Amino acid sequence: MSSVLYDTPGPRAKRRNLLFTIGFLAVLALVAWWVLAALNDKNQLAADKWSPFVTDSRVWTTYLLPGLTETLRAAGLAILIALPLGALLGIGRLSDHRWVRVPVGAVVEFFRAIPVLLLMVFANALYREFTTVSSDFRPLYAVVTGLVLYNASVIAEIVRAGVLSLPRGQGDAAEALGMRKGQTMMYVLLPQAVTVMLPALVSQLVVIVKDTALGGALLGFTELLSQNRQITANYGANTIATFTVIALIYIALNAIVTALAGRLEKRLRQGKKSAAAVIPAQGGPADVKSDAVSGA
Amino acid sequence: MFDFLDSGQYDLLGAFWVTAKLALYSAIGSLIWGTALAAMRVSPVPLMRGFGTTYVNLVRNTPLTVVIVACSFGLDQTLGITLGADRSEDIGFRLAILGLIAYTGTFVCEALRSGINTVPAGQAEAARALGLSFFQVLTLVVLPQAFRAAVAPLANVLIALTKNTTVAAAIGAAEAALLMREMIENEADALFAVFAVFAFGFIVLTLPTGLFFGWAAKRLAVKR
Repeated sequence: MSSVLYDTPGPRAKRRNLLFTIGFLAVLALVAWWVLAALNDKNQLAADKWSPFVTDSRVWTTYLLPGLTETLRAAGLAILIALPLGALLGIGRLSDHRWVRVPVGAVVEFFRAIPVLLLMVFANALYREFTTVSSDFRPLYAVVTGLVLYNASVIAEIVRAGVLSLPRGQGDAAEALGMRKGQTMMYVLLPQAVTVMLPALVSQLVVIVKDTALGGALLGFTELLSQNRQITANYGANTIATFTVIALIYIALNAIVTALAGRLEKRLRQGKKSAAAVIPAQGGPADVKSDAVSGA
Repeated sequence: MFDFLDSGQYDLLGAFWVTAKLALYSAIGSLIWGTALAAMRVSPVPLMRGFGTTYVNLVRNTPLTVVIVACSFGLDQTLGITLGADRSEDIGFRLAILGLIAYTGTFVCEALRSGINTVPAGQAEAARALGLSFFQVLTLVVLPQAFRAAVAPLANVLIALTKNTTVAAAIGAAEAALLMREMIENEADALFAVFAVFAFGFIVLTLPTGLFFGWAAKRLAVKR
């Protein structure tokens, strides 16, 4: 294969690549051996530390699955609230009225600049001081509030960029047809913008799923990550095994989100030529779309 | 309302100084690690490409919180790796940097790779047609353009990293989010003031970075 950086390899380059492959393999093997030796030294590789995840269904039914349910509940609620709210804020930022545009812009910029963890901690304290939400549900409320405030602002920016990326003629044509501003947005601009901004939206959904873990670490939210203490306490300090399994569950979850969105994107794009370029993801590189699925 | 600032009970500047140090060290580390990963992902050696791709896709889909908490429970408490620190605060600080580098490196890698992808193949082909060697093509033609295109995504990564340092609170590094949690516990009546102070602190940390890199990205953009 060739790329910008190099041509299709000839015989000499092929030999050199083989040498690099062998060298890299040696380095990888060394690192792997060192890691395994360190793990073995602390008895973390023993079969009884790993086998509960396969043989003992109680690990799953008592700890992992309830944790996963909480993670999904928080992420699902946050997504359900943040998507429409973000769309609304994004449209608000595009408003022709200054008294809508400016305050909405200020809100979006403010919540985008603040770490989501601060928002969660603050929301947690707010619910404790000013509401009667029972302490069982408070972490969930706090996590969802933090996630919604932060991600709605990010989604607002994605929506705005998506609408702005459309050619001017689209809006002009709708206006010429006599559509009202709301109709132009609803029937002309937003439907086209959605296809453009899907990759960025998807990577934001993955961010939401990942950020639920913050609540587990700092607010006592009983989601997937927080189950590690219980498991390691009950199954003989199998820390490494537990974290491996938990990480794999998150990775699988995010791969599913990305895969579903990839299929949706394909369907939306079918037989349609988008009028604008794809919006890059916020807070990340430009092409974080469906890499996880395609393995590209 | 803001009298908790004068009480001398909380080391606000100290906490933000730790946050800034976390961000700075992790930024340097993840730039190096991310560049190495990017080099692997664009290399002609299939094994290196495979390793880079696998690492990036696995780590990027793992929550940073899991990475950092695993550093503490796994490396420190299970394997006894403390990176040469003795006090628990220092251990948290160093392991948090390690976790941030492992995680942020994947985003730096993707930013650099997207920069390289913006260079049209014709540029390198033209350079090769002129008789430039591989090394010359890379250093004189491709990388200068790639780095310019990577400035904007790298700035986003850097800002995200600054905000992500708060996750270090999960393993007890004495940074801003940890102090905020403590202050909110103790100063419940000044809740909004505490939040305002910390929000302001983070805006001060991230806003200039964003403005500077936005300006730099515009100036450096390759006009095509």
